[in-house]
Amino acid sequence: MREKLIFEHSARGRSAEAQYPLEAARASVPEALRRRTAPRLPEVSELQAVRHFTRLSQLNFSIDTHFYPLGSCTMKYNPRACNQYAMLPEFLGRHPLAPDSTGQGILQCLHELQEMLKEVTGMRGVSLTPMAGAQGEFAGVAMIRAYHDARNDRARNEIIVPDAAHGTNPATATMCGCTVKEIPSLPNGDIDLGALEAAVGPQTAGIMLTNPSTLGVFERRIHEVARIVHEAGGLLYYDGANLNAILGKVRPGDMGFDVIHMNLHKTFSTPHGGGGPGSGAVGVGERLLPFMPVPVVGREGDRYRWFDERDLPQSIGRLSAFMGNTGVLLRAYIYMRMLGREGMHRVSEFATLNANYLMARLTDAGFELAYPERRAGHEFIVTLRREAREYGTTAMDFAKRLLDYGFHAPTTYFPLLVPECLLIEPTETESKQELDAFVDAMVAIREEARTDPAKLKGAPYTLPVRRLDDVRAAKQLDLAWKSA
Amino acid sequence: MPFIPHTDDDVRGMLAAIGIPGIDSLFDEIPAELRARALDGIPLAASEMQIGRLMSERAARDGKRLNFIGAGAYEHHVPSAVWAIVTRGEYYSAYTPYQAEASQGTLQLLYEYQSMMTSLTGMDASNASLYDGATAVAEACLMAVRAHRRSKSQRILLPAALHPRYRDTVRAVAGNQKLAFELLPYDASGGQTTLASLEQYRGQDVTALVIQQPNFFGTLEDVDALTDRAHEMGMLVIAVVNPTSLAILKPPGEWGAKGVDIVCGEGQPLGVPLSSGGPYFGFMTTRMEHVRQMPGRIVGRTVDLDDKPGFTLTLQAREQHIRRSKATSNICTNQGLLVTAATIYMSLLGPKGLSQVAATCLERSGQLVDALTRVPGVRLAFGGPRFHEALLLLDRPVRGVLEALAARGVVGGLDVTADYPSLGHGLLVCATETRTPEDVETYRSALADVMKNAAAA
Repeated sequence: MREKLIFEHSARGRSAEAQYPLEAARASVPEALRRRTAPRLPEVSELQAVRHFTRLSQLNFSIDTHFYPLGSCTMKYNPRACNQYAMLPEFLGRHPLAPDSTGQGILQCLHELQEMLKEVTGMRGVSLTPMAGAQGEFAGVAMIRAYHDARNDRARNEIIVPDAAHGTNPATATMCGCTVKEIPSLPNGDIDLGALEAAVGPQTAGIMLTNPSTLGVFERRIHEVARIVHEAGGLLYYDGANLNAILGKVRPGDMGFDVIHMNLHKTFSTPHGGGGPGSGAVGVGERLLPFMPVPVVGREGDRYRWFDERDLPQSIGRLSAFMGNTGVLLRAYIYMRMLGREGMHRVSEFATLNANYLMARLTDAGFELAYPERRAGHEFIVTLRREAREYGTTAMDFAKRLLDYGFHAPTTYFPLLVPECLLIEPTETESKQELDAFVDAMVAIREEARTDPAKLKGAPYTLPVRRLDDVRAAKQLDLAWKSA
Repeated sequence: MPFIPHTDDDVRGMLAAIGIPGIDSLFDEIPAELRARALDGIPLAASEMQIGRLMSERAARDGKRLNFIGAGAYEHHVPSAVWAIVTRGEYYSAYTPYQAEASQGTLQLLYEYQSMMTSLTGMDASNASLYDGATAVAEACLMAVRAHRRSKSQRILLPAALHPRYRDTVRAVAGNQKLAFELLPYDASGGQTTLASLEQYRGQDVTALVIQQPNFFGTLEDVDALTDRAHEMGMLVIAVVNPTSLAILKPPGEWGAKGVDIVCGEGQPLGVPLSSGGPYFGFMTTRMEHVRQMPGRIVGRTVDLDDKPGFTLTLQAREQHIRRSKATSNICTNQGLLVTAATIYMSLLGPKGLSQVAATCLERSGQLVDALTRVPGVRLAFGGPRFHEALLLLDRPVRGVLEALAARGVVGGLDVTADYPSLGHGLLVCATETRTPEDVETYRSALADVMKNAAAA
């Protein structure tokens, strides 16, 4: 199935007339500042627009329609209640700069969210303003820099990251004006402590870690890591991408981390929206409290108000024009309240149960694990290097063929250090039956790879398009429609 | 167990397959001393019915008021179809379209969005969104430093009439990379950034000039002259624009002789509710020569194995997941769902609808200014041409007036005294197409009442 471009449905003079004022307004704009030719927006009826965008939606895989085991992304069910009650008209109609006295209801929700996130992470303060994981990372590293600067310890501008780190970690360090030092992982997935000892020094601002790591395994010697970095004068940053694996079981604050970001769109089930909006709320320990990004919700007696630069004069400042992705925060709040105290640890337990079960089933079926001697966290890595060697089929071929079987592909080729890898994260909201069906599909695809590898190379066959020419897309840039 | 489907039988079977006695064994690699205690600070679970009631009560407590604040977030009519479609699970619960073949809906929509934004702004290429208007300006400044290879100074000129929170954000986001920002004054009578203020930089190395149109005061800048002068002096030009206004205002691609180099801004007016502050989205467009310096996702049209057209993420070599510490930005997740709303909004409004909205905003805000400046103690700050916002000056502190108005159900504008102390008691007001002439009269009579009472007191 294909769908024409919206512009190809367009006809001059057609419009959805119920949607705009019809009054003859006089736009008294000076001649020199006036637009001369109308923008090329579609001219369609309301039904044409509705039908077009509904049809487009049907070309997507999504959590609501398909198993979506995309490693590192935590594609769990997004409860509908979170959407419904975050979109109450009073919340949607409220201007962000309206007086705090007119928003005590929403401020109370956000304040309670800050408190719940503090409790579940073991941190001392939370700022909700970062609008995605990468912005949370930015806030975290900027706070680390601000901390060193405030102590006149200005030579500390190096951030250590493990080689398995998500690409946003080194990119963030650069955006914060730091240099990046990568350290290797051991064959068992743990950090090489010798390399860490050698890497730290008076130039060390801090280290960015995910735990469990992007290799899917828990860093067992985290206390040692914390000791080495702290003794060298650096701080520890926790990338919360994998918080789903340990929720309610271990708290980053107890592991020795000074600052963390949480991907509310992963662990707390706010929607991924086809690429956002997310939320990268940050939590800090005692030392970084004065540097949190503003605004944060403060409570004075039974009143709530936004605290800004006047309340936190050492703040790293503002990361958005207003107060972050408020609607996303409300969804996370509703989700946490629905899970409650007794539901937090269930998230990590069943996410980990699902991952280890799927890992065991795939191992029994003869697939090779990247870290066979380790317990999986909430995700694990299969390497298809044997299939690549014997059948000439790549991880990408398996991924594309999985689409034909009705499964979104796992993350491919990340982390970069494992060849031909699939990073598989089932999440706690999938049933055993769904996991079993995924194993059956993987087994069937490997059998196809053995008997008819060309079939995998040509996949997918049943989707709206077949495999796309990415090289041509980058060489012959076609980034916007132009009328013929 | 909410949202967890496992039966007892399932769990038993799964544990047997793993070969462990209980779920707790799954965490045996975690040192015992690290195990968390009970999370007493989190309330007990609430059912959907209970949380629904709680949220409804809190929302009702906040209530609804007649809003006259703009300042970067604008109340427009949003067609019912927009969010009915946006919240379809296929858009709402999908992720970044890494698997292009399974994401053609999102990818084609983004391509259509890019097409609309390039036309609206008069540029060649658009990205698929940034976080918001303020961070878009920060990213544009960083992009200008990369794109302007002959300039080594990393100096950027920001007008004092640029949104103050945008200036704060630009400093917080870009300041760590040693960019230097300098403020350009505005004309005290017209409220516009003065051409003369650029002259002191003649002969110096300055990377870029930022121009906001309309500026924070709602005033229209002399964009042609500013663009030409900046280009003549060797700077790149970054336009910060309101997308609604572009239905009737000259697109930045046509400013001056050559047009600007980078366009960015807040996309919220295009179908996104005020939502107490977000999520919104930032947009960015540029000329083809700078496209490889642009941050964020970009979608391209290509062909598949059967030579049929399809869409995919492209120019990914700019991005963090490929380039790591050398990426154009660390941005990963952006604001996809809001772009979905904007694309449907622009399709429903079309060129005629959007221009009707813009013209009605202009007319209504004119009526608002006329009405409010008839109230004793209220005058207009600047005489320059405007879009849908205006700065008023009161004869007394704004804060108390706003509180008194709020008690009367009117959110009367933004107090800008702290940001512009030299202007006196500044009140920034806005009216869009959603305000009726009756709403304007409601505000006028409430304000007259408040000003009279305060005078009496």
